[in-house]
Amino acid sequence: MHKIESKNVNFYYGTNQALKDISLSIEKNTVTALIGPSGCGKSTYLRLFNRMNDLIDNTKLEGQILIDGVDIYAKSTNVDTLRKNVGMVFQKPNPFPKTIFENVAYGLRVNGVTDKKFIEERVINSIQQVALWDEVKDKLKKSAFELSGGQQQRLCIARALAIQPSVILMDEPTSALDPISTAKIEELVYELKDKYTIVIVTHNMQQAGRISDTTGFFYMGELIEFDQTKNIFTNPKEERTQNYITGRFG
Amino acid sequence: MDKDLKISRKKKINQAIAFSLFTFLSYFIVAILFVILAFLIYKGIGVLSWGFISEMPTDGMTSGGIYPAIIGTLILVFGSMLFAFPVGVMAAIYMNEYVKDGWIKRFIKLMTNNLAGVPSIVFGLFGMALFVNKLEFGDSILAGSLTLGLLALPVVIRTTEEALKAVDDTFRQASLGLGASKWQTTSKVVLPIAFPNIITGLILSIGRVSGETAPILFTVAAYFLPKLPSGIFDQVMALPYHLYVISTSGTNIEKSREMAYGTALILIIIVLISNLAASRLRKYFGKKVKMN
Amino acid sequence: MKTNYKKFQEKFIEGLLMLSGTVTSLTVLLIVVFLFSEGLGVFNKKPIDDDFNLTIHAENRISKLSPSQVKNIFDQKIKNWKEVGGKDEKIILFKIDDISDFYTDDQLGKDFKNLSWCINDYIVKHRGVIAFFSKKYISKNFKGKILDVDKIKVSEFLSGDEWFPTARPVAQMGVKPLILGTLWVSLGAILIALPLGLAAAIYLSEIANSRIRNILKPLIELLAGIPSVVYGFFGLVIIVPLIQQLFNLPVGETALAGSVVLGIMALPTIITISEDAMRNTPRAMKEASLALGASKWQTIYKVVIPHSASGITAGAILGIGRAIGETMAVLMVTGNAAIIPTTLLEPVRTIPATIAAELGEAPNGGVHYQALFALGCILFIITLVINLLVEFVTKRKTLSKH
Repeated sequence: MHKIESKNVNFYYGTNQALKDISLSIEKNTVTALIGPSGCGKSTYLRLFNRMNDLIDNTKLEGQILIDGVDIYAKSTNVDTLRKNVGMVFQKPNPFPKTIFENVAYGLRVNGVTDKKFIEERVINSIQQVALWDEVKDKLKKSAFELSGGQQQRLCIARALAIQPSVILMDEPTSALDPISTAKIEELVYELKDKYTIVIVTHNMQQAGRISDTTGFFYMGELIEFDQTKNIFTNPKEERTQNYITGRFG
Repeated sequence: MDKDLKISRKKKINQAIAFSLFTFLSYFIVAILFVILAFLIYKGIGVLSWGFISEMPTDGMTSGGIYPAIIGTLILVFGSMLFAFPVGVMAAIYMNEYVKDGWIKRFIKLMTNNLAGVPSIVFGLFGMALFVNKLEFGDSILAGSLTLGLLALPVVIRTTEEALKAVDDTFRQASLGLGASKWQTTSKVVLPIAFPNIITGLILSIGRVSGETAPILFTVAAYFLPKLPSGIFDQVMALPYHLYVISTSGTNIEKSREMAYGTALILIIIVLISNLAASRLRKYFGKKVKMN
Repeated sequence: MKTNYKKFQEKFIEGLLMLSGTVTSLTVLLIVVFLFSEGLGVFNKKPIDDDFNLTIHAENRISKLSPSQVKNIFDQKIKNWKEVGGKDEKIILFKIDDISDFYTDDQLGKDFKNLSWCINDYIVKHRGVIAFFSKKYISKNFKGKILDVDKIKVSEFLSGDEWFPTARPVAQMGVKPLILGTLWVSLGAILIALPLGLAAAIYLSEIANSRIRNILKPLIELLAGIPSVVYGFFGLVIIVPLIQQLFNLPVGETALAGSVVLGIMALPTIITISEDAMRNTPRAMKEASLALGASKWQTIYKVVIPHSASGITAGAILGIGRAIGETMAVLMVTGNAAIIPTTLLEPVRTIPATIAAELGEAPNGGVHYQALFALGCILFIITLVINLLVEFVTKRKTLSKH
């Protein structure tokens, strides 16, 4: 069984069709990169996996998205449980106006966990997973805003890990960071692959090449090509993919 | 999984309770507004007539019309705007177009904010001390208009500033790039674009000034004056003051109730018209000026 | 030549604009000068009418009393001179109205022409006497001693329990009941307005869709536009009788009535400012919370409200400021009794209402007139502090956001 499966997905903002007949499947414990020029629908597509687009009025979805074989848009699916299972990391680091500790504990608390010991263990563990522990262990009670941008983004990843999702969505997670912080995040993504299935939207083709196993190229709401990353970058089947990765447009 | 569903259900219930409470309270506030409006309209509509707005009060202000109070309020609004509008607009132009960011701008801004926060009764005290007593204008249209004008000044400045800020910088750069001077740019390019929003601010200020009572208590308002003023050193009656006296300390409070309802309704109508006109203007011209 | 003229014109206009820019600062300055020069004048004056005298027996060693001592003597709370530092001698109060109890019509003479003599005579014969009468009755060979009264002290002004500026023999200028009255009414108002206003702000910014928002926002603005005198009138004809019936009170004009009316009036300020603050919460922050499985409501109270806390605080402070400075509505519904309130169901009198009610009757430049300006000073200082507080709160917010 595939970890994520998308069957003939169409998506509309009002009357405007943003995604056209997208079908693909993603395997467990892989990194999948979604690339394409801005406005191509890759972020919109990513946000379907945790039903983030539900928040926007006047949208419509056709087709099916399955995670672990379950239709996540079925009536019986609980959105809270889905979002617990599918974590998300955003474009800009967006910690809450809370302490470093509380930021990571947030997901546990809102999902009804009250056991202090358990929360503490989970928080420490998550921060260690993102290799931030040594940098923040003395200031867990300080505001998360005191961290640098790169640290904030790793904190946001830790925040997503704390509720132990099986899928992590990353929406251009390094676009607001400097090269060193970016390298750290990329390294982290590579390590996290062992435990999680990761889907990452990126503007940066080198990044896609470095960290992903499979890559999907989006253009004008269509999935032009979806294949092993090495195939996409060395031997794309479609001319449009070729043009894009060689920088002829985008 | 079962536990998750339980928690999820609890979350949903909490949210439903909280949201219905907020929705209810919000509509409760709207209901308060409608109760006030409906009550005053219901009680006042029967009093309104051509005679009510065109005749002098009679019988110790228990019957007759409120003509002099209406005229008095019109005069005061006009007088105060005659002062506040040009000064306020010029001050806003200075703040937004001329002075550079720095302590002068911050200082003026702080002072304008402070002036906006000064309670209206303090304006009354000040107007009495400066205009009525020190400058010896006496209780007069001049003293009252200036006092009201000072009160309206921060409002005019703020709305004008927002209107100017809403003008895109590229217009200024384009004009300056063509060799126009600062004032030419301001007067020929910026002001015409900002004009509708400035007028919206003016209308809202008029609405506010026409209802102010405390500043005119000791600077101009007359309890009973069944004639129109003949000059700027005369006293006048004014709608809000009129409503205050006949509902609290008139010769016969019970008998003047009718007149009080009518006066309150006229005041409400002025506010409604000015708010409606302002929102129409906003809609018509698209952009938005905020009152606060 | 032409460019010179143009340059001059530019400079002239800039000067004119700058002049307008200074008007608000100048006004604030003038307000301070006038308010304080008149208001502080009260501390240079004696709280006794210029035309009147307090006199005592010539051998009484007291020569000066404080205003509150005089008051207590005339209220018969102080009955012996030793309580104010004199000899052990019972105090005998003498008021001019009592003169016919002691002297016959013959002694007083036709048209009271011997009144001065009789007063003098009475004072000479009673060692413990204290007499209050008009200066014009002091005869040429007056044998009593004119008692000096202390000037009004700042501390007494602020802590005095009684506000009765037209009291005889000495005016009572304690602003404590007025300050407390103002605080009670304003706090009551904010207790009503804050929960309601916050609920509406949350609803408008996070729950309602844009169509409903576009209908409700102008209505809230309308609420802000209604003149305070109309609120006062509405309070007078609806809320006051309602409170009277509801709590079975002798009068409905109470602090509670003021709080309710002021609460309604403070709503638009609180709603507008808090809503603005909440809408400024970054979308990404809200999405992050939802993506972690938080419900919308959890996101509101765990993320949106903490993020907009400073804006909400600013709204609440400004709301209190509005309430403290509000005049007409309060004047019309609170009953205006200058007593220290013990419950919200009693009449109270606020500072602004006192100024509005009494300034018309206070003779220009007199003690009473100046005392009202001193009240204005207190009000001005309170609002200044509130403005600076808001400035501080909102500035701190921008700092923490980088």
